[in-house]
Amino acid sequence: MSFLTLNSVKKAFGANTVVKDFNLSVAQGEFVSFLGPSGCGKTTVLRMVAGFETPTSGAIGIDGQDVTRLRPNQRNIGMVFQAYALFPNLNVAQNVGFGLRVARMPKAEIDARVDEMLRLIGLRDLGERYPFQLSGGQQQRVALARALAPKPRVLLLDEPLSALDAKIRVSLREEIRSIQKQLGITTIFVTHDQEEALSISDRIVVMHQGIADQVGTPFEIYNRPTTRFVAQFVGTLNLLDARVLDAARGHVQVGETPVALNRSLNGAGEAISLALRPEVIALGQREGHDVTLSGLIRDVNFLGSVIRVRMEVAGHSISLDTFNRPDAPPPAVGTKAEISVAARDLLVLAD
Amino acid sequence: MKRRFPIFSTLIVLLAAAYFLIPLFAAFEFSLHMKRGYLSFAAYRSVFHSDEFISTLTFSAVASFAAILLGAILVVPTAYWVRLRLPKLRPVVEFLSLLPLIIPPVVLVFGHLRLFGTGSFLPLTMSEMGTNILLVMGYVILSLPYMFRAVDNGMAAIDIATLTEAAESLGASRWRTIVDIIFPNVRSAIVSGAFLTFSISLGEFVLASLLNRPAFGPYMVQLGQDRAYEPAALAIMSFALTWLLMAAMQAFANRKPGQRLLPRIRSSASTSKAQ
Ligand SMILES: Nc1ncnc2c1ncn2[C@@H]1O[C@H](COP(=O)(O)OP(=O)(O)OP(=O)(O)O)[C@@H](O)[C@H]1O
Ligand SMILES: [Mg+2]
Repeated sequence: MSFLTLNSVKKAFGANTVVKDFNLSVAQGEFVSFLGPSGCGKTTVLRMVAGFETPTSGAIGIDGQDVTRLRPNQRNIGMVFQAYALFPNLNVAQNVGFGLRVARMPKAEIDARVDEMLRLIGLRDLGERYPFQLSGGQQQRVALARALAPKPRVLLLDEPLSALDAKIRVSLREEIRSIQKQLGITTIFVTHDQEEALSISDRIVVMHQGIADQVGTPFEIYNRPTTRFVAQFVGTLNLLDARVLDAARGHVQVGETPVALNRSLNGAGEAISLALRPEVIALGQREGHDVTLSGLIRDVNFLGSVIRVRMEVAGHSISLDTFNRPDAPPPAVGTKAEISVAARDLLVLAD
Repeated sequence: MKRRFPIFSTLIVLLAAAYFLIPLFAAFEFSLHMKRGYLSFAAYRSVFHSDEFISTLTFSAVASFAAILLGAILVVPTAYWVRLRLPKLRPVVEFLSLLPLIIPPVVLVFGHLRLFGTGSFLPLTMSEMGTNILLVMGYVILSLPYMFRAVDNGMAAIDIATLTEAAESLGASRWRTIVDIIFPNVRSAIVSGAFLTFSISLGEFVLASLLNRPAFGPYMVQLGQDRAYEPAALAIMSFALTWLLMAAMQAFANRKPGQRLLPRIRSSASTSKAQ
């Protein structure tokens, strides 16, 4: 049963179509991230869910109710902005209580709820402070409490961590995730930081030019990208051009080397792209690695526990990671070497 | 290395100050000489005891407050709406608000008389109240450049669009957002605009005299022609009033949210508890 649904939602600003046929259903209590490069339409989709933009066509439903034409103040949605957007004239407690006052909750209940929310974000003692007296991280936590106080049906966060420095970014994203789990609130989190999306989401929507390219768990998105864009955008990726020899049996040729993929390539063209993550490639032979390619070592980066090696294989630049072993010094630049990989780790990219 | 005493700039400051202060002091000194042979505040007493002084000052003060109110009602929603929904029109609105600085008040008042005079579609000049309304409208126009600028700057200092969206997502109506969020956050800007409006319209001469209103500006001019010492006393008093308004404006404009104009005794105790 999906709680939040977006049904072929489209949005155009004048002649510029920013969101094209966007479909998504989010289960109750699920944490979904929108991940994509700048300008791909993440914010626009979020703002349509919030009601700040009206879709050109398509429908948005929350808990079985069609909210497409509903005004933002009638949707009961919590929103957290990149720039915090705390009300400067109100102190922390008044900010958190604003939505409750608008809903005409009795004063005693408001006070209790505000106290509960401030405890949740760990800022119980700062209720009397004004926003300008808080750090960025504290302000964003207050903004989160303010959005959550009226018990919204959906929580929307638009790059809430982008304005913070790296350390706080990591700790606050974990805090957001744990609060979200605790309250079981359906959440959409917009980011262009893949590590952020991979680490805290139940599912990720990778967006590209106004389309949801792929929707899946972080594990699926990273390990089984279905489009070239997703594969390239998420994580580091090596690409190899290959020529199809026998589509039905999955025989291809990389440079001069024949490779058996052992799966049907029906439907793929004559030339395909194979993709592989740096961590699935081994330098030299390894058990279970049935594909072997030879190349030239171009560059070696010793990073401590990991050694990143750049090689040239069949005219392509390939990065691979090996773990440091005290008894085996890293390979020398300019020498020939073999790499091996399991056929099932070679991704075939559709364009 | 020790910095040398900035002789040159100090000299300039002293010169400028002298240029401004010596005539002021001379006027003040002169105003004290009404009684032959010794210094007294007789000129001031004479001004205060004049019925006309009280009645014209009251008239002008009321007209100024009306202009402030009308100006704020006109400018705040306009500036808000332009920033929120019509950002492309902002330069146009800004230019319009500056027009009163370019067009002389004489032109303005003759325009008014043509438009609202006898025989026009809305003959405001036919009644006393109508003429008063014309005067207030004129003051609103004269103070528009300052009012609009003050309020618009106040809105630039906060992110109007995002704050509006934040309030709306929390369930607030547009009206509630304006009253609870936008207005309090630009209040100090409105107050500075109000003080400027007040200081412009209180001593305004051209509009009031051409509309033949019993205002403070024409009274001051008349007094200047009839008397010797009282105008000096009036000038000093209006300077004092202007400075008072400027000080009040500073106090309002630089106030942080939640801060009182005068520090409370209790507030220090409550903040130390919060830490
Ligand atoms: N109000 C608007 N009028 C016209 N074009 C707009 C408007 N809002 C957004 N756009 C355009 O829509 C596209 C998508 O914008 P959007 O803000 O959704 O991107 P985003 O994915 O959130 O990017 P970022 O990561 O930079 O925040 C952009 O090309 C932008 O210029
Ligand atoms: Mg965005």
